[in-house]
Amino acid sequence: MSIDADALKTELLSQIEAAPDLAALDGVRVSALGKKGRITAAMKGLGGLDPEARKATGQALNAVKDALAAAIDARKDVLETAEMNTKLEAERIDVTLPVRPEQRGKLHPISQTIDEVVAIFGAMGLSVREGPNIEDGFHNFTALNMPPEHPARQMMDTFYLKGEDGEADMDRVLRTHTSPVQIRTMQSEKPPIRIIAPGRTYRSDYDATHTPMFHQVEGLVIDKDINFGHLKGCLQEFCDAYFEVDHVPLRFRPSYFPFTEPSAEVDIGCSRKGGELKIGAGDDWLEILGSGMVHPRVLDYCGIDPEEYQGFAFGMGIERIAMLKYGIPDLRTFYEADVRWLKHYGFAPIEVASLERGLTP
Amino acid sequence: MKFTLSWLKDHLETEAGVAEIAERLTAIGLEVEEITDPAAGLEPFIIGYVEDAWKHPNADRLKVCQVSTGAETVQVICGAPNARKGMKGVFAAAGSYVPGTDHHLKAGEIRGEASNGMLCSERELGLSDEHDGIIDLPEDAPVGESFAAYRGLNDPVIEIGITPDRADCLGVYGIARDLAAAGLGILKAFDRTEIAGSYESPMAWRIDEHALDGCPYVAGRHFRNLTNGPSPDWMQRRLTAIGLRPISALVDITNYVTYDLGRPLHVFDAKTVKGDPTMRRARDGDTILALDGKDYTLTSDMVAIYDENGPEGIAGVMGGEETGCTLETTEAFLEVALFDPVMVAETGRALGINSDARYRFERGLDPESAAWGVHVATRLIQQLCGGDASTPVSAGTLPKPERRLDLRIARMTRHSGLEVPVEEAEEALKGLGFETEISEGAHGPMIHTVVPSWRHDVETEYCLIEEVLRIKGFDSVPARALRPSEALPGAAIGLQQRRDAFAKKVLAQRGMLEAVTWSFMPGDLAILFRADDGFDRAAMTLANPISADLDVMRPSILPNLIQAAARNADRGAGDVALFEVGPAFRDPTPTGQDTVAAGIRAGKTGERSWTGPVRDADAFDAKADALAVLEACGAPVANLQVSLDAPDWYHPGRAGTLRLGPTVLAWFGELHPGLARKLDLRGRAAVFEIFMERIPKPRGKSGGKSRPLLKTEALLPVGRDFAFLVDAGTAADALARAAAAADKKMIAGARVFDVYEGPELDGAKSVAVAVTIQPTEKTLTDPEIDAIAGKIVANVEKLTGGKLRG
Repeated sequence: MSIDADALKTELLSQIEAAPDLAALDGVRVSALGKKGRITAAMKGLGGLDPEARKATGQALNAVKDALAAAIDARKDVLETAEMNTKLEAERIDVTLPVRPEQRGKLHPISQTIDEVVAIFGAMGLSVREGPNIEDGFHNFTALNMPPEHPARQMMDTFYLKGEDGEADMDRVLRTHTSPVQIRTMQSEKPPIRIIAPGRTYRSDYDATHTPMFHQVEGLVIDKDINFGHLKGCLQEFCDAYFEVDHVPLRFRPSYFPFTEPSAEVDIGCSRKGGELKIGAGDDWLEILGSGMVHPRVLDYCGIDPEEYQGFAFGMGIERIAMLKYGIPDLRTFYEADVRWLKHYGFAPIEVASLERGLTP
Repeated sequence: MKFTLSWLKDHLETEAGVAEIAERLTAIGLEVEEITDPAAGLEPFIIGYVEDAWKHPNADRLKVCQVSTGAETVQVICGAPNARKGMKGVFAAAGSYVPGTDHHLKAGEIRGEASNGMLCSERELGLSDEHDGIIDLPEDAPVGESFAAYRGLNDPVIEIGITPDRADCLGVYGIARDLAAAGLGILKAFDRTEIAGSYESPMAWRIDEHALDGCPYVAGRHFRNLTNGPSPDWMQRRLTAIGLRPISALVDITNYVTYDLGRPLHVFDAKTVKGDPTMRRARDGDTILALDGKDYTLTSDMVAIYDENGPEGIAGVMGGEETGCTLETTEAFLEVALFDPVMVAETGRALGINSDARYRFERGLDPESAAWGVHVATRLIQQLCGGDASTPVSAGTLPKPERRLDLRIARMTRHSGLEVPVEEAEEALKGLGFETEISEGAHGPMIHTVVPSWRHDVETEYCLIEEVLRIKGFDSVPARALRPSEALPGAAIGLQQRRDAFAKKVLAQRGMLEAVTWSFMPGDLAILFRADDGFDRAAMTLANPISADLDVMRPSILPNLIQAAARNADRGAGDVALFEVGPAFRDPTPTGQDTVAAGIRAGKTGERSWTGPVRDADAFDAKADALAVLEACGAPVANLQVSLDAPDWYHPGRAGTLRLGPTVLAWFGELHPGLARKLDLRGRAAVFEIFMERIPKPRGKSGGKSRPLLKTEALLPVGRDFAFLVDAGTAADALARAAAAADKKMIAGARVFDVYEGPELDGAKSVAVAVTIQPTEKTLTDPEIDAIAGKIVANVEKLTGGKLRG
């Protein structure tokens, strides 16, 4: 009996190529290379051949075996890929669908503005102090050179809590400014002092431009050689940095505060052309803060010798500078917690106001 | 304070125009608030002469007028009844804008006759409502001249804000003095020469000894044979320009001197005063009809001017109607007084009267004005009303305060940062009326000054520095950079502020919007949110709230946020997540204020989505919010206990307290549905409150920031799940803790991952706990793992009564 290796190869290769799926391919493999397969059977038949023919035929069968194994692997790859493709096609989704809903929160403009103010003054070496919202008459008035008969202490501006008799308790006042934090700081720390005090303040007023609660930031710098020129320089650099405008025009206007001498109100140059407010340009002025050299009586009240130490203080409305910088038209909307407003004017929480990263988005 | 440019120039000799004056006023602290030019818009209107006029051929009521403008003659059709040949009126040519009617005149024909302009009424010029006829000018009115100039309307009105310390600038003269000192002109002294009387006054001023602290001095005199009538045009124009209504010469004089020299006056109709007018403490309950036509009830805190009929004037505030001057007044009695500023302020406040007199008295007058005021008033009264003046009378003592202050030039330089030569400083002070003398002290030159009587605001050397600086101009001080004392300044914020910022960022990252709400709220609402530890509503109530619903300091931020959520829901945004980090108040002391991070999630946790169903916000959202904040702030969240004692405004069965031993760090849970309904919030809401200051401070070893060395185990951890049956009331957390505590060395963690309750469990519940066992030295054998599992089962049973589910 002779073994036609070539015919066997041709037949089996065509079976492999024709296998329609992995199961059929495995059937071909078993029928060819399995224990009872055709190649295996042919190998067994070699014993009946003469040595010459046995050797030649054996080599031929081995070559056929290798070729079949390679063909099976190749066909397997093809079938597997096809199967995967069919499966993946079945997994198709509509990627135009919206993503799972996530809620985005925002920070209030007051928080962002305070962060910016702190970043700028922090770079000048001022650090934050805080104080109670419910103050006593001494810290809110007397120590700031406003004696009991001073008009600012009257009921029209100031919120008082009720005393035991049901009348206004002149020693329980909602602080009318952040200035009492100056007093508390000077009482508890030794000069040199460089602080800012942002926080809530209260005045009995409610109209388009006044709310009964608002925010201020107080600044206080006390040392042996701090003069009015430093006040000007400090506020100039602040305004340039905060409004992000090179050399904002500033006007220091003599004014009156009981706790500073000299006192100055500070206006920034702006333009109101076409109803749009632009900071730093034009020929109009807008008041943004009050300031001055700390009154010697205030230093005295805090146990600081005015002959040795001197310095400046200022107070600025947070909402006001926020409105100016961010174009927020109405003060009252700050406190309404209207989600449409909060989403529109709020800031992403990843914002970190700092001079080296850039103050604002 | 308002005045006109021409009025200022009565006192100030200057070539400066209104713009330059305005700029300097603001620069020296007299802030210009508004400048109005009454002549603005009246440029086209000139004086015209009606050369001829005849009836319109085609209209009964119209006239054809030939109006001479000086340069030409123009035909105008006019319907005014008083239009006539030979009159002088106000003419506007075609093309002019007419402010009163808001239109531009057009040349045209009226019923066939050409009309090339208009003769105007006062209403058409916007001057008044007068429209019965056209303006009829006197014969000597100059044809072709500007009507505004002729009428004296070309006098700009300047309004300035006066700070409370500058009482001396509540008169035009004081403003002129400041401008002159600032180099804008020369101050013209006003006439204060004394006018002798021609007869003995039939009335005298008296001051009751109990009223001397309220009225130290009063002067005046009697007048007779007066003719009171309208004041002259120039005075009426000025008073009208600043918003005062001319009444009669005697009354207008008092108003004029008040504004001109800052010296309030009062003039009684002497015939209506019975006996000597006397300054005295008012009798409690006495009433007076004041010049504003209202009745006021006086108290003994006030000083009033009494005659034998009772109170006739409220000292420093307002005169009485009964004794006021009228057009029939022929005899008058003058009051030029000094009153205590505090007394006047309190009187005015108590009675609710704001008057020009009160405004000046409460800021403090120049005491000298009580002396010269008598003669200034006399001069005007005699000019305007004729008659005779008696010899002056007075009571009390004219105070002569004399304050001496020294200004050290070196101190001024150190304080202001501006080098001012001593001579220049002296010149500035002299210009303001200070008496000065320069001397050389141990530390350089100094100026000895005597403060003028009208500058009681100048109390210290600092005030002198301010005066010099003000007059030199703040602009002249060079700005100096404020450099930090070290190149790299330390942190600007402390731990607490850092944590507050973390809380805000964490909550916003978690999808919540930051709100800022009032520190006060309705009292009835506040008491529903007070913790057990005593919030005294009465002590936290405002004496003068802005409105009845903002009357109590908030014990909690939540009510504001709940109300905000309800408001947003009313606007169609029912699913909201809001938070606020701010103060809540326990008591009115400086330590009675906590910083609280509070939040609310109302409605659904998100929008509807194809990816899955929406769900209501629940206690676990609030718990997650609270834990996230606490973790960000460095609280040991793994060690926190959860207790079931949240306060009353939380759902009694769906809320908890996060605590470290006795310290409550936070409350979380569902808002009590009853309260939600009361606050008009539909649906459920998850809320939390975190007490920021109670979070423990980090205990870094000697302040170091170095972390302990990372230990990673080479061996794989082994996970084992256990299901226990426990009484339904047992806290799941207790099981996990019991499991974790069974072998602290080997067990790295235990976490509840499933809870099942069903009727077949008969009141018990099944709690599944995943335990992680971490071998450290060698891989564990099955018997070793079984031994640990045994310990877990035993400990859970011992501590919770939980039995392993078979």
